This record gives sequence, C-alpha cells and structure tokens, in this order.
Amino acid sequence: MEIKLEIENIINKNEVCLFMKGVPEAPQCGFSMAVSNILKHLDVSFKGVNVLENEEIRNGIKTYSDWPTIPQLYIKGEFVGGCDIVKELFESGELKKLLQTKKII
Amino acid sequence: MALSIDEITKLITESIPDAEIEIKDLAGDNNHYSAKISSKIFNGISKIEQHKLVYKSLKGKMGNELHALSITTEGK
Repeated sequence: MEIKLEIENIINKNEVCLFMKGVPEAPQCGFSMAVSNILKHLDVSFKGVNVLENEEIRNGIKTYSDWPTIPQLYIKGEFVGGCDIVKELFESGELKKLLQTKKII
Repeated sequence: MALSIDEITKLITESIPDAEIEIKDLAGDNNHYSAKISSKIFNGISKIEQHKLVYKSLKGKMGNELHALSITTEGK
C-alpha cells in the first residue's frame, strides 16, 4: 500500500514522468532509451524514475499500471503506454498533439 | 527460459482465437521478438487495452521468461 502512495506521489508531482531502466542521460535498456529520446526530441522536460535503483517501485509500477514491462510513460497523471505505444503515438504525431493539448509543449 | 515463436503463437491464440499473428525473432535468440496481431476484439478499444489483452494472453510470461516482445495491434 505504501509503495502505491509513493508512486502516486511521483506521478502527481511530475507532469511528465517516465519509469525507466537507467536515467535519461544514460538509459540502460534500448526500450527506455527509445522513449527517453522521443521525449528529448520533442523538447519535453520530464522526470526519469530509475526502477533499477528501487525494486519496490520496479514491481509496484507494474501492478499500479497493470502493465508488465518497463518503460512506462505518464503524462499529467495518465498512463500513456510503454515503448511500442509511445513510438506509434510519436510517429503518427499524436504524442505531440497530446503534449500540446495538455499544455506541456 | 526462453519462449519459441510457436509457444507465443499458441498462447495468444488460446486467448484470442481469431488473432492473425505475425511474429519475428529479431535477434535470433528466442528472446527478442516483434509481434503484429490483428483481431476483432481490438475493435473500439484503446491501444493500452489492446496491448493489455495480449499481455494477459501470455499469462505473466511477459517480462519474465519473455524478455522483449514488441507489440503492434490492430482491429479487423
């Protein structure tokens, strides 16, 4: 229960929040790197949460989102998707639109 | 602890019988795949829900025995 609150806190405090392996400057997994690079490309400032540093968050976020893989992207408290969905949304231009609608870029 | 293309196809088909599935072994190591799946059950639901249905069909293997499966889904 505590970990759920901690995750909620992180998501609420950061408009754009990426649960990832590694940090934005040095991702440690190709999928995390892909999403991190997309956000950088769109000039989005985001909070990277390194799940490799915290096993509780690593497992907790999977339960929280009901999603078995990392990375996971949250925008204004809403789960947007993992690497495949974020890539699709980026390629179709929808991610940019979503970020503009939410007044992030 | 890796899954073969046949095993993945079987698991997905058990949950999503009308699925048309195209799986590629990206690295030739039985561990990094991409899967393109189309089914009527994806009609009218969000991408997140579509991917969740695929993950559920894999019965907890995703992220465990199965390290990397990149998923593309579409309705029919």
